[in-house]
Amino acid sequence: MAELVAVIASTHHPFYHRASTSSGEDRPPFADEWVRKVEAFRETLTLARPDVLVMVGSDHFHQLWLDNMPQFLVGKAPAYDGNWYNEEREFGLPRMHLAGHEELSAHVLRQGLDSGFDLAFSNELRIDHSITCPIITLRPQADLPIVPIYTNIFAPPLPQPKRFVQLGRTIREIVEGWPSDQRVAVIGTGHLSLELGGPRQFGPHGPDPQFDQKAVGWIAGGDIEECLAEVSLESLHLPGNATHGFMDFMLMMGVAGEGQRADYVDTFDLFHTMEAYFTWYPKGAPS
Amino acid sequence: MSKYLVDKFLFTVDRDPELVERYRDDPAGTVAWWEAEEANRILNCVAAERSTWLAFDDAERAALAGHDYPALFAMGAHPFLTLTLFIAMFERDHEGLDFQLEYARRLSHMQLPYPDIAT
Repeated sequence: MAELVAVIASTHHPFYHRASTSSGEDRPPFADEWVRKVEAFRETLTLARPDVLVMVGSDHFHQLWLDNMPQFLVGKAPAYDGNWYNEEREFGLPRMHLAGHEELSAHVLRQGLDSGFDLAFSNELRIDHSITCPIITLRPQADLPIVPIYTNIFAPPLPQPKRFVQLGRTIREIVEGWPSDQRVAVIGTGHLSLELGGPRQFGPHGPDPQFDQKAVGWIAGGDIEECLAEVSLESLHLPGNATHGFMDFMLMMGVAGEGQRADYVDTFDLFHTMEAYFTWYPKGAPS
Repeated sequence: MSKYLVDKFLFTVDRDPELVERYRDDPAGTVAWWEAEEANRILNCVAAERSTWLAFDDAERAALAGHDYPALFAMGAHPFLTLTLFIAMFERDHEGLDFQLEYARRLSHMQLPYPDIAT
């Protein structure tokens, strides 16, 4: 069977690419430390020597739209183009191209459907920064095939938080049941507290540092039940109006497992939102 | 009221560089053209398979024609769509993050719970 060699959860900050590649007066004062933290985080994936990446993210109204909105969608294409005009315009993100892994996509869909998740699928998916940002931070050579999984954290009505956790658990079972000798990493990105287009946006820190501290503790400790007891679709409005992206972190906690402490934890307090990086090694840390 | 149609306007303009400039330069004219020609286009269908029933109400039309993003927020337009498009149009007229911070200030009267964005 396939081996789940790493579970990685991260924020997906679209400004990292521009900050890390700028120079001179354009380079923000926090860029060097940010690069150092990201490169240390990247090493946690490199050490796991993955062959294929399952990438969990959320389309930001790029290809998925309100006339036909899936809750959970799996890409099953042989290739994926990445990033959109408005992401080039606002964030300076480059156009990207990634190989797909059709066999694992088909396995995820079949097994997911048979496990009680009526997953949507796409044969032609242009991925956005929720998936390309972790490629830039964690695997900038973009040389591994991916299976993208999109969740709806954006367009209500949304699935309940527990459903994200359940999907994470199911993804783990599906990956570990894949009849293959491939080494799989599951990487998912979301948000801590975040406000977009509201009065609390672009402050000196994330809109709710107390929530962020609590959330980092839940993720780092694998405290799924405690997190589920405190988080609801309603409560996630309080830390910031885009904080429902935290449910993708909850999905990744489901992949990692109840009570599983992360092997690697780092955070970086930036303006607008806090960065957070987590890695679990289900089979123990690679030597 | 059609939050969906307001969002559809923001979405279809934001993804088209020419429409971003047209909406910046001529908001009322762009909104009138879009409502007449584009509002009922189903995005993945041919033109003959149009919807027949979508229209802005007066407040929505005025908010869009007035570049009035606080009004759009108050009526429950999706804040990510509004923010992204307005950054595209107006960040260039400001230094650094000044536009984003002015945007936040102009919404500072809004209290939780924010207007419902469900469509």
